[in-house]
Amino acid sequence: MDGRGILNGLAVTIKHFIATYVDDFKRKNRYFTPEGVKYRSSPEVEGIFTIQYPEERRILHENFRYIPFLVYDEGEDGQRDIRCTACGICAKVCPAQTIWIVRAKDPETGRPLSKPAEFYIDTTLCMNCGLCAEFCPFDAIIMDHDYEIAVYSKDHMVFDLERLLKSASYYQRIRPTQYAEKAAEREAKAKAKAAKAARRGAKK
Amino acid sequence: MKRPNGDELQKPGYEIPDELKGSVVVTTLNRLYNWGRRNSVWPMMFGLACCAIEMIATAASRYDLARFGMEVMRPSPRQSDVMIVSGTVTKRMAPLIVRLYNQMPMPKYVIAMGACASGGGPFKEGYNVVSGVDKLIPVDVYIPGCPPTPEALLFGLMKLQQKIEKQSFKEVYTKPDYIPEPVLGPDLMDPRDYPKIREYTQKKLQELQEQAAQAAQG
Amino acid sequence: MAQPAVAAPDLTARFPDLVTPDTRKGYSGYIVKPEGLLEFARALRDEYGYDYLSSLTGVDYLPEGQMEVVYHAYKITGGPPLVFKVQVPREDPVVPSVTSIWPGANFQEREAWDLLGIRFEGHPNLKRILLWEGFWGHPLRKDWREPYYEGEHKPFKNRTAGPHFWHEDHTPFGKNVDYPPGFDPYAWDPETADEVLYQSVIQRTRKPRQEELHSEQVVVNLGPQHPSTHGVFRMIATLDGETVVALEPVMGYLHRNHEKIGERNTWIMNIPYTDRLDYITAMSNNFGYVLAVEKLMGLEPPERAQYLRVIMAELTRVMNHLWAIGFLLNDLGAFFTPALYALEERELILDVFEAASGSRMMNNYMRFGGVVRDIPEDAWDMLVKLVTDRLPRKIDELDRFLTHNELVRSRCMGVGVLTPEQAIAFSTAGPVLRASGVPYDVRRAEPYGIYDRFDFDVAVRYHGDVYDRYLIRLDEARQSLRILQQAIRDIPERGAPLLAGKPQYQVRVPAGEAYGRVEGPKGELGFYVVSTGKTNPWRYHVRAPSFINLTALEAMSIGNKVADLVIILGSIDIVLGEVDR
Repeated sequence: MDGRGILNGLAVTIKHFIATYVDDFKRKNRYFTPEGVKYRSSPEVEGIFTIQYPEERRILHENFRYIPFLVYDEGEDGQRDIRCTACGICAKVCPAQTIWIVRAKDPETGRPLSKPAEFYIDTTLCMNCGLCAEFCPFDAIIMDHDYEIAVYSKDHMVFDLERLLKSASYYQRIRPTQYAEKAAEREAKAKAKAAKAARRGAKK
Repeated sequence: MKRPNGDELQKPGYEIPDELKGSVVVTTLNRLYNWGRRNSVWPMMFGLACCAIEMIATAASRYDLARFGMEVMRPSPRQSDVMIVSGTVTKRMAPLIVRLYNQMPMPKYVIAMGACASGGGPFKEGYNVVSGVDKLIPVDVYIPGCPPTPEALLFGLMKLQQKIEKQSFKEVYTKPDYIPEPVLGPDLMDPRDYPKIREYTQKKLQELQEQAAQAAQG
Repeated sequence: MAQPAVAAPDLTARFPDLVTPDTRKGYSGYIVKPEGLLEFARALRDEYGYDYLSSLTGVDYLPEGQMEVVYHAYKITGGPPLVFKVQVPREDPVVPSVTSIWPGANFQEREAWDLLGIRFEGHPNLKRILLWEGFWGHPLRKDWREPYYEGEHKPFKNRTAGPHFWHEDHTPFGKNVDYPPGFDPYAWDPETADEVLYQSVIQRTRKPRQEELHSEQVVVNLGPQHPSTHGVFRMIATLDGETVVALEPVMGYLHRNHEKIGERNTWIMNIPYTDRLDYITAMSNNFGYVLAVEKLMGLEPPERAQYLRVIMAELTRVMNHLWAIGFLLNDLGAFFTPALYALEERELILDVFEAASGSRMMNNYMRFGGVVRDIPEDAWDMLVKLVTDRLPRKIDELDRFLTHNELVRSRCMGVGVLTPEQAIAFSTAGPVLRASGVPYDVRRAEPYGIYDRFDFDVAVRYHGDVYDRYLIRLDEARQSLRILQQAIRDIPERGAPLLAGKPQYQVRVPAGEAYGRVEGPKGELGFYVVSTGKTNPWRYHVRAPSFINLTALEAMSIGNKVADLVIILGSIDIVLGEVDR
């Protein structure tokens, strides 16, 4: 009870305080640069810890997930090939039951097509769990990295098909590893299918 | 030069023509005032659920709410400008949220942080959950996400700043209606709904009695 | 270190008229007749040494027309549970209260009354706990339907059939409300719910007025909106001067119907919901739930997944204890500096979680039979650096910063004392129990996963006051780092399988019951699940450590000053998502 404990504690805070300035001397390009942000989110960081959003952004890991989006492949003449086949697995697995799908119908025969006519994700329910993306067999629904989606009105919180669609190149940009893996998987599958077909053809 | 009408001048977003600069007071005052307000929005220290943890993380060293002039978290509603509703609003908490909102001084803002506060979130179907805080009090900014990351919250706060910037004196100081506190009965009851509730329950009772009578006959 | 196998006592021989073994398929334990419950329980505690009642909950077996109360009792020296059940008719379920034998049953019995309508005869204070007095019905009964009812279980049909709709548009009031037939709102007294609470506190402590000194007891209400209650928690305290003479914790302000929703969900849907139980320690919640379901399914995760689970669970413990210490100091008045230092380390741990699972807090990382994905390599490097270098250093720094601080010592020492006997009787768990000198840790007492391979000490402190509850968190964080260091040394090479079986989104779980428990950072986190062989659980109950630790709050607080209430609460380290569920 002689105040030594308090003094010790104060020494710790002073060390924290000084560390920032020491670091300022030691490092160049400390603020508003990618290296600076990287250093400040690494386990080596001492001193100042703040990442000054919005000027600086935290490096999001590829696996980061926010609201899901739907992927379309860009066709050669600019049309959008939606990958989703309206199979409904995402709607079935969604814990909050926030996905609504309406299947497209053939305008002539009236038979259901394997494309969604409407697709809604109610972000007032979505819990960003990522189960939809995990179990999608077509790599069509992906968890987005875009978190800057605050709105003034609740009506804008139900995302429709138009709002959900994003290009495959965007997908490739935010999740390069996963994109490459899934593409390779698809390719292998297609190859196997082709080989099977060829075998069958040979038998005949 | 196009002559602006009175209403346009009232809007702070109005660009002041060069020849008028130095002579117009009201619009610039509006701007100055909003500039001050926007940079010292004091949130209420009010955590409900998971999102509150992200709110604390936002105030902590990595994101540092102080850069926006918002580090002064007030535990008392009387001293705060914005209520960040961070988490699931339950029926049991609903009367207290309305009370806190009523106690806040003008001008006041509400941010619904996360899916739960916006619309019930994953717990919406629950029997004790209010489907979004906007069922109780007016909301200015909605932030989707479960929970929104601290950056998403900061973005929402910046959206609120943009909103504040565009407001005029007139809008800011219209006195809001006092919102009657809901009452906890057999379920959450809004006092304004009492006649409707009575009608509904009487009808239900009648139906039940009719059913019972039919069952007795049959 | 395996426990010596203790043969469960043969209780049917001892109580031939009262006890029958539970022979339903997938079930275990005994069924006790209600009239003999007290005798049976007393014998269990006094003769067989089952002195720790871990979990008590009710199950509504609607098709059989029965209500069942399930008890899980343990020996505080370790070993498997003794499960026994009481069955009563559904129309009038009355069960004798075991609070006189295990006071820790107090809140759990109140919860069963609140949600299932099982009356416990002889309970000292049987009123609603999570909902308010006057609520219509007992919502966990299988025939009780919420206003937004869509179907008995998910997935709901109209998700793949039509366009989006708001649930509000389908109810008569445009809100999530419903009222009983014949109810008159004008005749309702809005003060009812609160009055019941205040009266129960006042009655407990009313004492004759002292003539010479005109002193009266004051009832003080803290919360639910209060900066120190760690969320929306409320305490009603009766004070004599400044001394607390009675205290009633009031909760339910964050009751999100976790269990009702959990029974509608499919098995896998519950994993992300468990994240939101104790939202600071999502990983260990995942762990507890998948353990319980794996017990039913008979799955064994592959080696690397086992290690990853342990790594994540222990990182969570370090993170949680840092958080708890930071905010305990906040409650003490050391505004924000210790909390900010602790949060800095937490952010770094969260970065690892984010890289591995995708989200900072709501990890949703574990699956039945494994984990969802491997931890990426850059995150692994970061993890190794954190565990071997940074975290040990920072915990030492926190220790130097706070432990010997004279103000902390004088405010915390001797405050909020809980004796070992009380700690066991109140069924407290985790740091609260171990700070009172009871070295009980599920990781040792009944090892799960691969915890029997690691070399670590069960941290224990002996004074049972706030200061020891602070110290024990530092100790435990250090022990966790020890486990982590062993785990990153021994983990199998990358590329090993991570999931037993194929990933499935609709698993069927064999019928039966299972109780999976883990040593969460807050204490013993248990999941009691009952399956009927369908795609969704019949009963899904969470034994929440923060909730049951609060049973001891009154005992800790009585005799202390009102200013210390806040730090006593802080030292229990509650999270309201778990208390109220």
